[in-house]
Amino acid sequence: MKYVLLLMGNLADDRCGETDEGPGPEEFIAFDEALKEAGVLAGGFALTDPEEGTSLSKATSEAEPVITAGPYAESREFVGGTIVIEVDSLDDALAWAAKCPGAIGGRVEIRPLAEY
Amino acid sequence: MAPAAAHEERPADDVLARVHREEHSRLLAALVRRFGDLDLAEDAAQEAMESALRSWPEQGVPQQPLAWLTTVARRAALDRVRHDQTAARRLAELHVREEATAPPADEGPLTTEDVPDERLAMLMGCCHPAIAPADRIALMLRFVGALTSAEVAQALLLATPTLQARITRAKQRIAAHRIPLTVPTDPAERERRLPLVLTAISLIFTEGYSATSGDAPIRRELSAEAIRLARITRQLLPASAEAQGLLALLLLSDARSPAREDAEGIPVPLEDQDRSRWDAGSIAEGLALVEEAAARPDAGSFTVQAAIAAVHAEAPRFEDTDWAQVVALYDLLLTHGEDPVVRMNRAIAVGRTRGPAEGLALLEQLAAEPELARHHPFHISLALLREQLGRTDGAVAAWRRALDLAGGIAEQRFIRRRLARLGE
Repeated sequence: MKYVLLLMGNLADDRCGETDEGPGPEEFIAFDEALKEAGVLAGGFALTDPEEGTSLSKATSEAEPVITAGPYAESREFVGGTIVIEVDSLDDALAWAAKCPGAIGGRVEIRPLAEY
Repeated sequence: MAPAAAHEERPADDVLARVHREEHSRLLAALVRRFGDLDLAEDAAQEAMESALRSWPEQGVPQQPLAWLTTVARRAALDRVRHDQTAARRLAELHVREEATAPPADEGPLTTEDVPDERLAMLMGCCHPAIAPADRIALMLRFVGALTSAEVAQALLLATPTLQARITRAKQRIAAHRIPLTVPTDPAERERRLPLVLTAISLIFTEGYSATSGDAPIRRELSAEAIRLARITRQLLPASAEAQGLLALLLLSDARSPAREDAEGIPVPLEDQDRSRWDAGSIAEGLALVEEAAARPDAGSFTVQAAIAAVHAEAPRFEDTDWAQVVALYDLLLTHGEDPVVRMNRAIAVGRTRGPAEGLALLEQLAAEPELARHHPFHISLALLREQLGRTDGAVAAWRRALDLAGGIAEQRFIRRRLARLGE
């Protein structure tokens, strides 16, 4: 079964992103290697900083799209990246999430991949 | 399976009723263990119960009802798997072992010993941290306690459809997230899971214990149900001091039930309770359990709380209470975690041993705690200590605040009675 680990950061927390307090890229690379070695890595991507984003929304299907620079202004939380793993149960997914550097100071949300 | 010879001696209805509560959960747990699927297990268990309802009154009750039901339920589950592609695929995904799909005829007749008790897996599975705390309680009552949806709904003061929707949602979550209904294999995870199980059981007890006589009887039965779950947990985890401590705590608290309300259903404070009405059997059992649990290295907060209940249980009269010991135990309890309610109870005990002025000073320091500001027992305690010190105005103000916050009619009557004594 595939689970997505959503690596959530918070704009209010200095430990997220490129600061000395948060986990560095080498820690994420090591985690990636561990997932590969265990044969559970099934995809994923890292994202640039949330302010690099552009948002688009439509109130209805006919409405003109509204485009704004940056993330949704009221949300302090952002997705920093995702990792897809294929394991047997939520407990296995949780065990990997517990080793993920993104959990330190941030939050890792575990969501089963919807299969259609 | 040989039917029992004397059908009249074991009326099928009685046996079924007993089986339903006592062994239905074992049947369900065994099926979940075998097939890894809660829906399939529930359907198969239901089918086996219906089959028993049809055949037992005519053919007599089998000597080993649980083994009989398990055999029938397994056959029903396998039958369904063979005819239902979706179920078969799901089971294949769940890596159900090959032997699980072998024809049941090969197994020969089961005996009770062949049906291992898998309820610990259900208990731990229902209390998975990925399941919301309120849902854990509902799932435990439904699947480990084997209460019907209507009974669980009544007990938790919910409408039956609301409760059913909650159970359905929780079951969907268990399936969609593939939450294992198993005992965690990692010992550290097992250690972390146990407190969630024990906390859920203690919450079930509190739901029943705080119910007043005006509430539905099933709500009061919740305390008995919690004691039953605590017994099962202790039996399944004999090495755990905390599982034993929880059982002791529930028994010692429940022992006071006959004296906790007067004839009108109004709560009677501990100091005014007629201790001869306390249940001596529960006290003896609880005392033996806590004494033994407290000596173990893994004794924790439930065992300490049981030890506090034991101090009260051992005092023949309220005046004989060893308050210094109670204070020491509250101090020990605080080392297991900061808790304003524990601080409040400690302050009350200090008031008993070092005088009301000292107790009141400690209580008043806690007035800013948000959890206590809305907690009516806190204001009752303030009122009682102020009365003792002759501070009538302050006492009246605290009783009034308690009256605003008290939910139950019986409690409100108790508070009004105390206010009347002060000429209010």
